[in-house]
Amino acid sequence: MFKYLFAKAEDIPAGSAAVYFGYSSIIWFVIGTGLGSFNAAKLAFPDFVTGSEILSFGHMRQVHVLAVILGWISMAFAMAMMYITPALGNTKLWSEKLGVWNCFIWNIGLSLGLFLLWLGVSSGREYSDMPFFIDVVVILGVLTPLCVNVFMTIKTRRTQGIYTTNWFFGAATFMVIIVFSVGNSPEFFQLTGLTEAYLTWWFAHNVLGLWITPVAAAISYYVVPKVTGNPLYSHRIGHLHFWSVVVFYSTPAAHHLMSAPLPEWLKSFASVEGVLILVPAIAFVSNLLLTMTGKWRMFVENIEIKFTITGVLMAIPLNMQGGFQQTRAINWYIHGTGWIVAHAHLALLGFSTFLEAAAVYYGLQTLLRRKLYSLGLANFHFWMLLVGFTTYWVSMTIAGLIQGAGKIYEVPYIDVVIAEHPYMIARWVGGTMVFLGNCVWLYNMYKTARVGTAIPAGRLPHELAYER
Amino acid sequence: MAFREYKIGARMFGLAFGTSMFITLYMPAVDIQDVSATSIAMDRQLSFGRVGGFSYEDPFLQGWAKPITVQITQDPKTGAAIESTRAFVYEKDVPFPNGIRHPRILGKLPAAASESKGRINEASEAQGAVFIVREEVENGELVPFIENATATRGWTPEATLAKAADSQRLLVGKGKIMFVREGCWWCHTLLPEQTQDWQYFGAPPMLGDFNGESPTAFGSDRKAPDLTHVGSRNSSREWMMMHFFNPRLVQSHSIMPRYDYLWGEKDANGNTIDYDGWRAEYTAYTNGESVYPPEVPVPAADSEARALIDFVLNLK
Repeated sequence: MFKYLFAKAEDIPAGSAAVYFGYSSIIWFVIGTGLGSFNAAKLAFPDFVTGSEILSFGHMRQVHVLAVILGWISMAFAMAMMYITPALGNTKLWSEKLGVWNCFIWNIGLSLGLFLLWLGVSSGREYSDMPFFIDVVVILGVLTPLCVNVFMTIKTRRTQGIYTTNWFFGAATFMVIIVFSVGNSPEFFQLTGLTEAYLTWWFAHNVLGLWITPVAAAISYYVVPKVTGNPLYSHRIGHLHFWSVVVFYSTPAAHHLMSAPLPEWLKSFASVEGVLILVPAIAFVSNLLLTMTGKWRMFVENIEIKFTITGVLMAIPLNMQGGFQQTRAINWYIHGTGWIVAHAHLALLGFSTFLEAAAVYYGLQTLLRRKLYSLGLANFHFWMLLVGFTTYWVSMTIAGLIQGAGKIYEVPYIDVVIAEHPYMIARWVGGTMVFLGNCVWLYNMYKTARVGTAIPAGRLPHELAYER
Repeated sequence: MAFREYKIGARMFGLAFGTSMFITLYMPAVDIQDVSATSIAMDRQLSFGRVGGFSYEDPFLQGWAKPITVQITQDPKTGAAIESTRAFVYEKDVPFPNGIRHPRILGKLPAAASESKGRINEASEAQGAVFIVREEVENGELVPFIENATATRGWTPEATLAKAADSQRLLVGKGKIMFVREGCWWCHTLLPEQTQDWQYFGAPPMLGDFNGESPTAFGSDRKAPDLTHVGSRNSSREWMMMHFFNPRLVQSHSIMPRYDYLWGEKDANGNTIDYDGWRAEYTAYTNGESVYPPEVPVPAADSEARALIDFVLNLK
């Protein structure tokens, strides 16, 4: 890949950037979930690896979070954008070279940022904890080139209309630049106090609401029709989804700070808007499930559809939780507990990861023109992810309810810690399963690139039979 | 893009996104800007210093260039006895907090009082300054303000530090850096919930309690007790010392990590700390081979552990 950094544009094969992003994302996923598993072990067994500053929980927790968000999820998004956007425009990526550079700077910047974060060089703000010069790299070296490439590819398309997926890609790459710039402004402009606290959560909310959720959904708008051969059930419901994301999902940031002394109107407004995220959620889920009509056997037989539809189904509990847990009636009980941790993993490891994994599976086969090495290993990956995640989610939800009850009934905190202990072990087991599943995935994709059966010209990957 | 629908769409998008940014960014900013700082907010920012996270003066979060909070009973200039006063000593080149740099964020009345009565605009970072927080009634309203004691009383940083023995100094600014760097806030929140939590962890903060502080490090994922008022619940330095060195010494079910590495190489008596020996003795204790756990070394006055303990005890 490095040789393409300084190659002539016409010498870079189409799809290089996407392949580069695809493998980078899988490697970051392995790293991110490995760190997650290690951190979970520390919560279950506090004296597991002790006495070292660099391996302490407080130094590694944020590295896990950002490796997964900016490494795995966002790079998988970039990978999807780099092959889906041109495919939907019946054209080539606007600049393959920019894409390769984008991926290169992304990997370098993220590695540097996470290394510093690991050392403790933090701004002290959750999710926007990278020091500001790394934020500048992310904004100028990572997000802006991506946005430019996606927009120019849409502009140079050879189709008349723009398909749903590309609305989301275009809008989200633009919005995430705004979100990143505004969300990190406390550090650029020395904003303090409640402004700083509010902007921290404004960022944390919007990076999920305007980047991760819509792009993940956009990917499935491509994968399901492409693989099943069914047209999207409704373009109009797609419109409803898109516009309700822009209008409703961009506003409820304050619901993360319901117990902070923010203006009450802001909290009430955020809470009502927060319930309205059910509009895009229901539009999305119904549109995708109805697109599956007549092709439901592919949910069992086809690995990409299996991943995608599992992710879509997880959007149901995700948004039911998300819509209602932030209302005052429920938030007072579960805020700050493991319930929220479970919910965050349902969003990132459940819903979004399953959709991206499908895109990476499908995209790498398409771009490399090689059939997936092993269906058996892919199924193993799927079940490790699903069972591992479910174990995690169930155990953390129970732990969260215990914490909530402990909070309300004023139980001495240590009794809550004792009661949570079995669930902390279960969480570690679940997280470790996800990590092991991802190691298998990396091996499977490596073998696909090396020895996967070549896909003849004019055929799609899912039309070929699996050999293993 | 020569497709009419997309022109309309792009404008609609701008309108929708712009409106949402207006409501969620501009409107709250207007409201929050109106908030006057309380004396708590002044105390917090003066004791923490300008930034509690990454900054130019302290890029690796070592606690460099932070103020020292002292409790003095003698006037640093005249030496006369005064009632016990909490002062914030900014030595040369220690950056001032945002309330001093931009008094406007303190709110109308406190900013005016800090400038007229407190003479904060005369303070200079190049020379250092000593600040105190005061409250006076103005037109029937209690107005807190920051006083630049260097200008109003002639207290120089050196003279003020000379009047405060080590036991009267709290390295709160450095401690906050440790709190952020070591990720204490990943488990301990600094924000009691608006529930029965109040009765257990104390009153939640008020609107103006944070003006000028950065980062607030509220925390979100509570796996451990809230620390907003921990100094009022437990003020034992010795308990904190044992708890940071190995939490299982004082709370056998704790899942908190050990922070023994914050002690550094030498203890308060200048002896080299034998970590391996300590851990071996501790293992023998947990295995039931010895009756008492090993003694926890007292942290050196300039150690990171001491600063963190100061910070935690100062949370009242």
